[in-house]
Amino acid sequence: MAFPMDPFSCPPLWTGGPDPSGYYSFPQIQSRNASNFKGVSAGLKPQAHSQYPITTGTSVFGVKYKDGVVMAADTLGSYGSLARFPDLRRIIRVNEHTVVACSGDYADFQFLQEIIQQKQIDEDINGGGVTMKPEALHCWLTRFLYNKRSKFDPLWTTVIVGGMQDDKPFLGYCNYIGVAFKDDLMATGIGMDVAVPIMREVLDKKGVNEFTLEEAKDLIRQCVRVCFLRDCRSSSRFNMAVVNKDGAVVEEPTVVDTNWDIAKTIKGYE
Amino acid sequence: MTSIGTGYDLYTSQFSPDGRVFQIDYAAKAVENSGTAIALRGKDGVVFAVEKIVTSKLFEKTANKRIFTVDRHVGVAVSGLLPDGRALVDTAGGEAADYRANYGSDIPLKYLSDRVAMYMHAYTLYSSLRPFGTTIMFGTYDKEDGPQLYCVEPSGVSYGYWGCAAGKAKQAAKTEIEKLKVQELSCQDLIKEAAKIIYMVHDEVKDKMFELELSWVTEATNGLHERVSQTVQDEAEKFAKAAMEEDSDSDEEDMS
Repeated sequence: MAFPMDPFSCPPLWTGGPDPSGYYSFPQIQSRNASNFKGVSAGLKPQAHSQYPITTGTSVFGVKYKDGVVMAADTLGSYGSLARFPDLRRIIRVNEHTVVACSGDYADFQFLQEIIQQKQIDEDINGGGVTMKPEALHCWLTRFLYNKRSKFDPLWTTVIVGGMQDDKPFLGYCNYIGVAFKDDLMATGIGMDVAVPIMREVLDKKGVNEFTLEEAKDLIRQCVRVCFLRDCRSSSRFNMAVVNKDGAVVEEPTVVDTNWDIAKTIKGYE
Repeated sequence: MTSIGTGYDLYTSQFSPDGRVFQIDYAAKAVENSGTAIALRGKDGVVFAVEKIVTSKLFEKTANKRIFTVDRHVGVAVSGLLPDGRALVDTAGGEAADYRANYGSDIPLKYLSDRVAMYMHAYTLYSSLRPFGTTIMFGTYDKEDGPQLYCVEPSGVSYGYWGCAAGKAKQAAKTEIEKLKVQELSCQDLIKEAAKIIYMVHDEVKDKMFELELSWVTEATNGLHERVSQTVQDEAEKFAKAAMEEDSDSDEEDMS
Protein backbone atom coordinates (compact mmCIF):
# COMPACT_ATOMS: atom_id res chain seq x y z
CA MET A 1 0.00 0.00 0.00
CA ALA A 2 1.10 3.54 -0.68
CA PHE A 3 2.27 5.80 2.07
CA PRO A 4 -0.42 8.25 3.04
CA MET A 5 1.91 11.26 2.88
CA ASP A 6 3.50 10.29 -0.42
CA PRO A 7 2.55 13.05 -2.90
CA PHE A 8 3.07 10.75 -5.91
CA SER A 9 0.75 7.91 -5.04
CA CYS A 10 -2.88 7.95 -6.14
CA PRO A 11 -5.67 8.23 -3.65
CA PRO A 12 -7.27 4.82 -3.16
CA LEU A 13 -9.81 3.94 -5.83
CA TRP A 14 -12.08 2.45 -3.31
CA THR A 15 -11.61 1.89 0.38
CA GLY A 16 -10.47 -1.57 1.23
CA GLY A 17 -9.82 -2.33 -2.46
CA PRO A 18 -6.46 -3.00 -4.08
CA ASP A 19 -4.05 -0.17 -4.88
CA PRO A 20 -3.53 -0.26 -8.67
CA SER A 21 -0.06 1.24 -8.41
CA GLY A 22 0.95 -1.65 -6.20
CA TYR A 23 0.71 -4.05 -9.12
CA TYR A 24 3.31 -2.34 -11.26
CA SER A 25 6.89 -1.60 -10.43
CA PHE A 26 8.09 1.55 -12.06
CA PRO A 27 11.80 2.06 -11.43
CA GLN A 28 11.47 5.68 -10.32
CA ILE A 29 8.74 4.89 -7.80
CA GLN A 30 10.84 2.15 -6.33
CA SER A 31 13.79 4.43 -5.78
CA ARG A 32 11.44 6.98 -4.25
CA ASN A 33 10.14 4.47 -1.80
CA ALA A 34 13.52 3.00 -1.00
CA SER A 35 13.94 3.49 2.71
CA ASN A 36 17.68 4.17 2.62
CA PHE A 37 17.31 7.08 0.23
CA LYS A 38 17.55 10.55 1.69
CA GLY A 39 17.33 12.54 -1.52
CA VAL A 40 15.98 15.87 -2.62
CA SER A 41 12.59 16.94 -1.30
CA ALA A 42 10.71 15.99 -4.49
CA GLY A 43 11.58 12.40 -3.67
CA LEU A 44 13.48 11.82 -6.94
CA LYS A 45 17.08 10.74 -7.05
CA PRO A 46 19.29 13.29 -8.72
CA GLN A 47 20.69 12.23 -12.08
CA ALA A 48 24.14 10.73 -11.52
CA HIS A 49 26.94 11.16 -14.07
CA SER A 50 30.44 9.78 -14.32
CA GLN A 51 32.62 11.46 -11.74
CA TYR A 52 35.96 9.93 -12.62
CA PRO A 53 37.73 8.31 -15.55
CA ILE A 54 38.04 4.51 -15.84
CA THR A 55 40.57 3.43 -18.45
CA THR A 56 42.96 6.31 -18.87
CA GLY A 57 45.76 7.49 -21.05
CA THR A 58 48.46 9.69 -19.62
CA SER A 59 50.19 12.78 -21.04
CA VAL A 60 50.30 13.81 -24.66
CA PHE A 61 52.81 16.28 -26.06
CA GLY A 62 52.73 18.71 -28.93
CA VAL A 63 55.18 21.23 -30.31
CA LYS A 64 55.28 23.46 -33.35
CA TYR A 65 58.30 23.66 -35.62
CA LYS A 66 58.91 25.95 -38.54
CA ASP A 67 56.91 23.95 -41.08
CA GLY A 68 54.37 22.13 -38.96
CA VAL A 69 53.54 20.31 -35.78
CA VAL A 70 54.89 17.23 -34.00
CA MET A 71 52.82 15.38 -31.43
CA ALA A 72 53.29 12.24 -29.35
CA ALA A 73 51.43 10.04 -26.90
CA ASP A 74 52.31 6.69 -25.40
CA THR A 75 50.18 3.64 -26.12
CA LEU A 76 49.27 2.61 -22.60
CA GLY A 77 45.73 2.41 -21.27
CA SER A 78 45.81 2.31 -17.48
CA TYR A 79 43.02 0.82 -15.41
CA GLY A 80 43.60 2.73 -12.22
CA SER A 81 47.23 1.95 -11.44
CA LEU A 82 47.13 -1.27 -13.47
CA ALA A 83 48.87 -1.12 -16.84
CA ARG A 84 45.88 -2.79 -18.48
CA PHE A 85 46.04 -2.11 -22.25
CA PRO A 86 49.52 -1.89 -23.77
CA ASP A 87 48.52 -0.94 -27.32
CA LEU A 88 45.97 1.88 -27.41
CA ARG A 89 46.32 4.46 -30.13
CA ARG A 90 45.69 7.88 -28.67
CA ILE A 91 46.47 10.00 -31.70
CA ILE A 92 44.10 9.96 -34.64
CA ARG A 93 44.40 11.48 -38.07
CA VAL A 94 41.27 13.45 -38.91
CA ASN A 95 42.20 14.73 -42.37
CA GLU A 96 45.25 15.86 -44.30
CA HIS A 97 45.54 18.99 -42.15
CA THR A 98 44.55 17.73 -38.73
CA VAL A 99 45.37 15.24 -35.99
CA VAL A 100 43.81 14.91 -32.55
CA ALA A 101 45.43 13.40 -29.48
CA CYS A 102 43.84 12.72 -26.17
CA SER A 103 44.59 11.89 -22.57
CA GLY A 104 42.11 10.99 -19.86
CA ASP A 105 39.24 8.53 -20.16
CA TYR A 106 39.79 6.36 -23.22
CA ALA A 107 36.12 5.49 -23.68
CA ASP A 108 35.27 9.17 -23.82
CA PHE A 109 38.01 9.63 -26.40
CA GLN A 110 36.57 6.83 -28.51
CA PHE A 111 33.18 8.49 -28.27
CA LEU A 112 34.67 11.79 -29.44
CA GLN A 113 36.63 10.00 -32.13
CA GLU A 114 33.47 8.52 -33.65
CA ILE A 115 31.77 11.90 -33.75
CA ILE A 116 34.79 13.59 -35.29
CA GLN A 117 35.25 10.89 -37.89
CA GLN A 118 31.60 11.01 -38.92
CA LYS A 119 31.91 14.79 -39.20
CA GLN A 120 34.83 14.27 -41.53
CA ILE A 121 32.89 11.72 -43.58
CA ASP A 122 29.98 14.14 -43.90
CA GLU A 123 32.44 16.70 -45.13
CA ASP A 124 34.01 14.35 -47.67
CA ILE A 125 30.58 13.50 -48.99
CA ASN A 126 29.46 17.08 -49.47
CA GLY A 127 32.66 17.86 -51.34
CA GLY A 128 34.23 21.29 -51.60
CA GLY A 129 37.50 20.52 -49.83
CA VAL A 130 38.43 20.44 -46.19
CA THR A 131 36.67 22.95 -43.95
CA MET A 132 37.31 21.15 -40.68
CA LYS A 133 40.77 22.57 -40.29
CA PRO A 134 42.49 22.30 -36.91
CA GLU A 135 41.33 25.67 -35.63
CA ALA A 136 37.72 24.90 -36.54
CA LEU A 137 37.88 21.47 -34.93
CA HIS A 138 39.54 22.91 -31.83
CA CYS A 139 36.84 25.55 -31.55
CA TRP A 140 34.12 22.92 -31.92
CA LEU A 141 35.77 20.77 -29.24
CA THR A 142 35.86 23.69 -26.80
CA ARG A 143 32.13 24.23 -27.35
CA PHE A 144 31.33 20.53 -27.10
CA LEU A 145 33.39 19.80 -23.98
CA TYR A 146 32.25 23.00 -22.25
CA ASN A 147 28.63 22.21 -23.03
CA LYS A 148 28.98 18.72 -21.61
CA ARG A 149 30.56 19.95 -18.42
CA SER A 150 27.84 22.60 -18.08
CA LYS A 151 25.36 19.75 -17.93
CA PHE A 152 27.45 18.21 -15.15
CA ASP A 153 28.19 15.33 -17.50
CA PRO A 154 31.73 15.95 -18.73
CA LEU A 155 33.77 13.85 -21.11
CA TRP A 156 36.74 13.09 -18.86
CA THR A 157 39.37 13.91 -21.37
CA THR A 158 41.96 16.45 -22.40
CA VAL A 159 42.37 16.99 -26.10
CA ILE A 160 45.18 18.45 -28.14
CA VAL A 161 44.44 19.39 -31.73
CA GLY A 162 47.39 19.86 -34.04
CA GLY A 163 47.73 20.62 -37.69
CA MET A 164 48.14 23.10 -40.47
CA GLN A 165 45.81 26.08 -40.47
CA ASP A 166 46.15 27.68 -43.91
CA ASP A 167 49.87 26.83 -44.18
CA LYS A 168 50.59 27.85 -40.60
CA PRO A 169 51.20 25.37 -37.78
CA PHE A 170 48.40 25.18 -35.23
CA LEU A 171 48.30 23.67 -31.77
CA GLY A 172 45.26 23.90 -29.50
CA TYR A 173 44.35 22.48 -26.10
CA CYS A 174 41.02 21.85 -24.46
CA ASN A 175 40.24 19.96 -21.29
CA TYR A 176 37.12 18.40 -19.81
CA ILE A 177 35.97 21.55 -18.06
CA GLY A 178 36.33 23.59 -21.20
CA VAL A 179 39.58 25.37 -20.45
CA ALA A 180 41.15 26.02 -23.81
CA PHE A 181 44.23 27.74 -25.18
CA LYS A 182 46.55 27.83 -28.15
CA ASP A 183 50.31 27.83 -27.84
CA ASP A 184 53.55 26.88 -29.57
CA LEU A 185 54.10 23.96 -27.22
CA MET A 186 51.87 22.02 -24.91
CA ALA A 187 51.41 18.87 -22.89
CA THR A 188 48.59 17.39 -20.88
CA GLY A 189 48.45 15.81 -17.45
CA ILE A 190 51.71 15.29 -15.65
CA GLY A 191 53.50 16.29 -18.83
CA MET A 192 52.38 19.82 -18.13
CA ASP A 193 54.64 19.84 -15.09
CA VAL A 194 57.43 17.63 -16.37
CA ALA A 195 57.69 18.19 -20.13
CA VAL A 196 56.55 21.77 -20.66
CA PRO A 197 59.58 23.27 -18.88
CA ILE A 198 61.89 21.17 -21.05
CA MET A 199 60.14 22.24 -24.22
CA ARG A 200 60.00 25.86 -23.12
CA GLU A 201 63.72 25.97 -22.44
CA VAL A 202 64.52 24.76 -25.92
CA LEU A 203 61.96 26.88 -27.75
CA ASP A 204 62.78 30.04 -25.80
CA LYS A 205 66.36 29.76 -27.04
CA LYS A 206 65.59 28.83 -30.60
CA GLY A 207 62.17 30.19 -31.53
CA VAL A 208 59.58 28.26 -33.51
CA ASN A 209 60.66 29.76 -36.83
CA GLU A 210 64.15 28.34 -36.49
CA PHE A 211 63.06 24.96 -35.18
CA THR A 212 63.49 22.07 -37.63
CA LEU A 213 61.51 18.86 -37.89
CA GLU A 214 64.38 16.72 -36.58
CA GLU A 215 64.91 19.05 -33.63
CA ALA A 216 61.21 18.97 -32.86
CA LYS A 217 61.14 15.19 -33.03
CA ASP A 218 64.17 14.96 -30.75
CA LEU A 219 62.55 17.32 -28.27
CA ILE A 220 59.32 15.35 -28.26
CA ARG A 221 61.25 12.09 -27.85
CA GLN A 222 63.04 13.61 -24.89
CA CYS A 223 59.70 14.64 -23.34
CA VAL A 224 58.26 11.16 -23.80
CA ARG A 225 61.39 9.69 -22.29
CA VAL A 226 61.41 11.94 -19.26
CA CYS A 227 57.72 11.30 -18.69
CA PHE A 228 58.27 7.58 -19.05
CA LEU A 229 60.92 7.75 -16.34
CA ARG A 230 58.93 9.99 -14.00
CA ASP A 231 55.29 9.07 -14.62
CA CYS A 232 54.08 5.74 -13.21
CA ARG A 233 51.11 5.65 -15.64
CA SER A 234 53.22 5.80 -18.77
CA SER A 235 54.83 3.22 -21.00
CA SER A 236 57.88 3.24 -23.23
CA ARG A 237 55.90 2.62 -26.44
CA PHE A 238 54.63 5.73 -28.09
CA ASN A 239 53.09 7.08 -31.26
CA MET A 240 54.41 10.17 -32.92
CA ALA A 241 52.44 12.29 -35.39
CA VAL A 242 53.75 14.88 -37.82
CA VAL A 243 51.59 17.38 -39.68
CA ASN A 244 53.04 19.69 -42.30
CA LYS A 245 52.22 20.87 -45.77
CA ASP A 246 52.75 17.35 -47.11
CA GLY A 247 49.92 15.99 -44.99
CA ALA A 248 49.23 14.43 -41.62
CA VAL A 249 50.93 11.19 -40.64
CA VAL A 250 50.56 9.20 -37.43
CA GLU A 251 53.67 7.05 -37.33
CA GLU A 252 53.76 3.46 -36.10
CA PRO A 253 54.70 3.08 -32.42
CA THR A 254 58.35 3.18 -31.43
CA VAL A 255 60.04 2.53 -28.10
CA VAL A 256 61.91 4.96 -25.86
CA ASP A 257 65.52 3.93 -25.46
CA THR A 258 66.24 3.31 -21.82
CA ASN A 259 69.32 2.26 -19.93
CA TRP A 260 68.90 0.07 -16.88
CA ASP A 261 72.61 -0.65 -16.35
CA ILE A 262 72.76 1.88 -13.57
CA ALA A 263 70.08 -0.06 -11.72
CA LYS A 264 72.78 -2.53 -10.68
CA THR A 265 74.66 0.22 -8.89
CA ILE A 266 71.75 0.96 -6.61
CA LYS A 267 72.09 -0.88 -3.35
CA GLY A 268 69.38 -2.03 -1.06
CA TYR A 269 66.66 -2.97 -3.58
CA GLU A 270 67.87 -6.42 -4.64
CA MET B 1 -3.79 6.65 -67.69
CA THR B 2 -7.23 5.13 -67.79
CA SER B 3 -7.90 5.86 -64.18
CA ILE B 4 -8.77 9.49 -64.77
CA GLY B 5 -12.26 10.08 -63.53
CA THR B 6 -12.61 6.56 -62.22
CA GLY B 7 -11.78 7.60 -58.67
CA TYR B 8 -9.58 5.45 -56.45
CA ASP B 9 -6.63 7.67 -57.25
CA LEU B 10 -6.71 10.25 -54.48
CA TYR B 11 -4.90 8.33 -51.76
CA THR B 12 -2.26 5.67 -51.45
CA SER B 13 -4.36 4.09 -48.74
CA GLN B 14 -6.91 2.83 -51.22
CA PHE B 15 -6.74 0.14 -53.87
CA SER B 16 -8.61 0.42 -57.15
CA PRO B 17 -10.98 -2.51 -57.88
CA ASP B 18 -8.43 -4.06 -60.21
CA GLY B 19 -5.78 -3.98 -57.53
CA ARG B 20 -3.71 -0.93 -58.34
CA VAL B 21 -2.62 1.94 -56.14
CA PHE B 22 -2.86 4.79 -58.59
CA GLN B 23 -0.86 7.28 -56.55
CA ILE B 24 2.16 5.02 -56.96
CA ASP B 25 1.61 4.90 -60.71
CA TYR B 26 1.50 8.68 -60.73
CA ALA B 27 4.73 8.81 -58.78
CA ALA B 28 6.28 6.58 -61.44
CA LYS B 29 4.98 9.07 -64.02
CA ALA B 30 6.83 11.83 -62.21
CA VAL B 31 10.02 9.85 -62.72
CA GLU B 32 9.27 9.49 -66.42
CA ASN B 33 9.24 13.28 -66.81
CA SER B 34 12.80 13.58 -65.58
CA GLY B 35 16.06 13.29 -67.45
CA THR B 36 17.42 9.79 -67.94
CA ALA B 37 19.73 8.26 -65.38
CA ILE B 38 21.57 4.97 -65.83
CA ALA B 39 23.86 2.83 -63.72
CA LEU B 40 26.01 -0.04 -64.97
CA ARG B 41 27.71 -2.73 -62.92
CA GLY B 42 30.88 -3.91 -64.59
CA LYS B 43 33.50 -6.39 -63.51
CA ASP B 44 35.49 -3.91 -61.40
CA GLY B 45 32.92 -1.36 -60.23
CA VAL B 46 29.75 0.58 -60.90
CA VAL B 47 29.38 3.64 -63.13
CA PHE B 48 26.63 6.25 -63.09
CA ALA B 49 25.57 8.54 -65.91
CA VAL B 50 22.84 11.14 -65.75
CA GLU B 51 21.30 13.34 -68.42
CA LYS B 52 20.88 16.55 -66.48
CA ILE B 53 18.42 18.63 -68.43
CA VAL B 54 19.23 22.33 -68.20
CA THR B 55 16.00 24.30 -68.29
CA SER B 56 17.59 27.72 -68.27
CA LYS B 57 20.85 29.21 -69.47
CA LEU B 58 20.90 31.26 -66.28
CA PHE B 59 21.71 28.30 -64.04
CA GLU B 60 25.20 27.92 -62.71
CA LYS B 61 27.05 24.99 -64.21
CA THR B 62 26.99 22.96 -61.03
CA ALA B 63 23.32 23.58 -60.21
CA ASN B 64 20.86 20.77 -59.66
CA LYS B 65 23.24 17.84 -59.58
CA ARG B 66 21.60 14.44 -59.69
CA ILE B 67 24.52 12.26 -58.64
CA PHE B 68 25.29 12.19 -54.93
CA THR B 69 27.67 10.52 -52.52
CA VAL B 70 25.71 8.97 -49.67
CA ASP B 71 28.64 7.53 -47.80
CA ARG B 72 32.23 7.53 -48.94
CA HIS B 73 31.76 4.12 -50.52
CA VAL B 74 28.24 4.55 -51.89
CA GLY B 75 27.25 6.52 -54.96
CA VAL B 76 23.71 7.39 -55.90
CA ALA B 77 21.97 8.62 -59.03
CA VAL B 78 18.41 9.90 -58.82
CA SER B 79 15.77 10.35 -61.43
CA GLY B 80 12.48 12.10 -60.85
CA LEU B 81 11.62 15.00 -58.58
CA LEU B 82 14.94 16.43 -57.46
CA PRO B 83 13.82 17.64 -54.01
CA ASP B 84 12.39 14.20 -53.28
CA GLY B 85 15.66 12.69 -54.39
CA ARG B 86 17.64 15.01 -52.16
CA ALA B 87 15.45 14.12 -49.19
CA LEU B 88 16.06 10.43 -49.86
CA VAL B 89 19.81 10.95 -50.19
CA ASP B 90 19.67 12.66 -46.82
CA THR B 91 17.86 9.77 -45.15
CA ALA B 92 20.22 7.32 -46.82
CA GLY B 93 23.17 9.29 -45.43
CA GLY B 94 21.57 9.16 -42.01
CA GLU B 95 21.14 5.39 -42.26
CA ALA B 96 24.76 4.96 -43.31
CA ALA B 97 25.96 7.05 -40.37
CA ASP B 98 23.63 5.20 -38.01
CA TYR B 99 24.98 1.84 -39.17
CA ARG B 100 28.54 3.01 -38.69
CA ALA B 101 27.78 4.35 -35.19
CA ASN B 102 26.25 1.01 -34.20
CA TYR B 103 28.49 -1.52 -35.93
CA GLY B 104 31.70 0.40 -36.61
CA SER B 105 31.94 -0.47 -40.28
CA ASP B 106 30.63 0.74 -43.61
CA ILE B 107 27.03 -0.18 -44.28
CA PRO B 108 26.62 -3.05 -46.76
CA LEU B 109 24.80 -1.79 -49.83
CA LYS B 110 22.05 -4.36 -49.50
CA TYR B 111 21.21 -3.06 -46.04
CA LEU B 112 21.30 0.54 -47.17
CA SER B 113 19.06 0.01 -50.19
CA ASP B 114 16.69 -2.10 -48.10
CA ARG B 115 16.40 0.58 -45.45
CA VAL B 116 15.72 3.27 -48.03
CA ALA B 117 13.26 0.96 -49.77
CA MET B 118 11.39 0.45 -46.50
CA TYR B 119 11.35 4.18 -45.96
CA MET B 120 9.94 4.78 -49.42
CA HIS B 121 7.45 1.99 -49.00
CA ALA B 122 6.14 3.57 -45.79
CA TYR B 123 5.16 6.58 -47.90
CA THR B 124 2.84 4.39 -49.96
CA LEU B 125 0.73 3.26 -47.01
CA TYR B 126 -1.04 6.30 -45.64
CA SER B 127 -3.68 8.59 -47.08
CA SER B 128 -1.94 11.60 -45.62
CA LEU B 129 1.35 10.95 -47.41
CA ARG B 130 2.54 11.25 -50.97
CA PRO B 131 4.92 8.62 -52.36
CA PHE B 132 8.37 9.74 -53.46
CA GLY B 133 8.45 10.77 -57.11
CA THR B 134 11.94 9.38 -57.41
CA THR B 135 13.80 6.32 -58.57
CA ILE B 136 17.11 6.00 -56.82
CA MET B 137 20.11 3.84 -57.79
CA PHE B 138 22.77 2.78 -55.32
CA GLY B 139 26.18 1.52 -56.32
CA THR B 140 29.31 0.42 -54.50
CA TYR B 141 32.42 -1.67 -54.90
CA ASP B 142 34.44 -3.57 -52.32
CA LYS B 143 37.13 -6.26 -52.43
CA GLU B 144 35.06 -8.96 -50.74
CA ASP B 145 31.74 -8.62 -52.53
CA GLY B 146 32.82 -6.94 -55.76
CA PRO B 147 30.56 -4.41 -57.45
CA GLN B 148 26.95 -4.08 -56.36
CA LEU B 149 24.05 -2.12 -57.79
CA TYR B 150 20.53 -1.68 -56.43
CA CYS B 151 17.64 0.35 -57.71
CA VAL B 152 14.66 1.47 -55.61
CA GLU B 153 11.41 2.60 -57.21
CA PRO B 154 8.67 4.87 -55.84
CA SER B 155 6.66 1.81 -54.76
CA GLY B 156 9.49 0.90 -52.39
CA VAL B 157 10.59 -2.14 -54.32
CA SER B 158 14.35 -2.76 -54.37
CA TYR B 159 16.23 -5.09 -56.70
CA GLY B 160 19.86 -5.78 -57.50
CA TYR B 161 20.87 -5.17 -61.12
CA TRP B 162 23.68 -5.46 -63.65
CA GLY B 163 22.33 -2.36 -65.27
CA CYS B 164 19.37 -0.11 -64.65
CA ALA B 165 17.78 2.99 -66.09
CA ALA B 166 15.10 5.49 -65.11
CA GLY B 167 13.62 8.67 -66.47
CA LYS B 168 12.37 9.84 -69.86
CA ALA B 169 14.20 7.34 -72.02
CA LYS B 170 14.16 4.44 -69.60
CA GLN B 171 13.08 1.92 -72.23
CA ALA B 172 15.52 3.04 -74.92
CA ALA B 173 18.37 3.12 -72.39
CA LYS B 174 17.52 -0.36 -71.15
CA THR B 175 17.63 -1.85 -74.65
CA GLU B 176 21.01 -0.20 -75.20
CA ILE B 177 22.33 -1.57 -71.91
CA GLU B 178 21.13 -5.03 -72.85
CA LYS B 179 23.28 -4.91 -75.99
CA LEU B 180 26.40 -4.58 -73.83
CA LYS B 181 28.14 -7.42 -72.04
CA VAL B 182 28.36 -5.36 -68.85
CA GLN B 183 29.68 -8.20 -66.71
CA GLU B 184 32.80 -8.45 -68.84
CA LEU B 185 33.51 -4.75 -69.24
CA SER B 186 35.77 -2.68 -67.05
CA CYS B 187 34.66 0.68 -65.74
CA GLN B 188 37.09 2.45 -68.08
CA ASP B 189 35.02 1.12 -70.98
CA LEU B 190 31.67 1.32 -69.23
CA ILE B 191 31.99 5.02 -68.50
CA LYS B 192 32.30 5.62 -72.25
CA GLU B 193 29.43 3.32 -73.04
CA ALA B 194 27.30 5.01 -70.39
CA ALA B 195 28.08 8.42 -71.85
CA LYS B 196 27.22 7.11 -75.29
CA ILE B 197 23.88 5.77 -74.12
CA ILE B 198 22.93 9.09 -72.51
CA TYR B 199 23.87 10.99 -75.68
CA MET B 200 21.97 8.45 -77.75
CA VAL B 201 18.70 8.57 -75.83
CA HIS B 202 18.75 12.34 -75.42
CA ASP B 203 15.86 13.95 -77.30
CA GLU B 204 17.20 17.10 -78.97
CA VAL B 205 13.77 18.19 -80.09
CA LYS B 206 12.15 18.29 -76.70
CA ASP B 207 15.12 19.26 -74.52
CA LYS B 208 17.77 21.37 -76.14
CA MET B 209 20.37 21.71 -73.43
CA PHE B 210 21.67 18.98 -71.21
CA GLU B 211 24.73 18.22 -69.20
CA LEU B 212 26.25 14.79 -68.79
CA GLU B 213 27.03 13.83 -65.23
CA LEU B 214 29.41 10.91 -64.75
CA SER B 215 30.70 9.18 -61.64
CA TRP B 216 31.98 5.79 -60.51
CA VAL B 217 32.88 3.51 -57.60
CA THR B 218 35.57 1.12 -58.73
CA GLU B 219 38.54 -0.92 -57.74
CA ALA B 220 40.71 1.90 -59.10
CA THR B 221 39.11 4.47 -56.78
CA ASN B 222 39.70 2.13 -53.80
CA GLY B 223 35.97 1.58 -53.42
CA LEU B 224 35.29 5.28 -52.99
CA HIS B 225 32.58 7.01 -54.96
CA GLU B 226 34.00 9.82 -57.06
CA ARG B 227 32.99 12.04 -59.91
CA VAL B 228 35.20 11.19 -62.87
CA SER B 229 38.16 13.43 -63.63
CA GLN B 230 37.86 16.07 -66.33
CA THR B 231 40.03 14.00 -68.70
CA VAL B 232 37.82 10.93 -68.33
CA GLN B 233 34.72 13.10 -68.74
CA ASP B 234 36.11 14.70 -71.92
CA GLU B 235 37.16 11.36 -73.34
CA ALA B 236 33.78 9.81 -72.63
CA GLU B 237 31.95 12.70 -74.25
CA LYS B 238 34.27 12.59 -77.25
CA PHE B 239 33.62 8.87 -77.60
CA ALA B 240 29.86 9.40 -77.29
CA LYS B 241 29.78 12.19 -79.86
CA ALA B 242 31.93 10.22 -82.29
CA ALA B 243 29.63 7.23 -81.95
CA MET B 244 26.62 9.45 -82.60
CA GLU B 245 28.15 10.90 -85.78
CA GLU B 246 29.04 7.47 -87.05
CA ASP B 247 25.45 6.51 -86.45
CA SER B 248 23.99 9.45 -88.34
CA ASP B 249 26.47 8.84 -91.22
CA SER B 250 25.27 5.29 -91.62
CA ASP B 251 21.67 6.55 -91.43
CA GLU B 252 22.32 8.83 -94.37
CA GLU B 253 23.84 5.96 -96.31
CA ASP B 254 20.72 3.95 -95.67
CA MET B 255 18.58 6.73 -97.04
CA SER B 256 20.50 7.16 -100.29
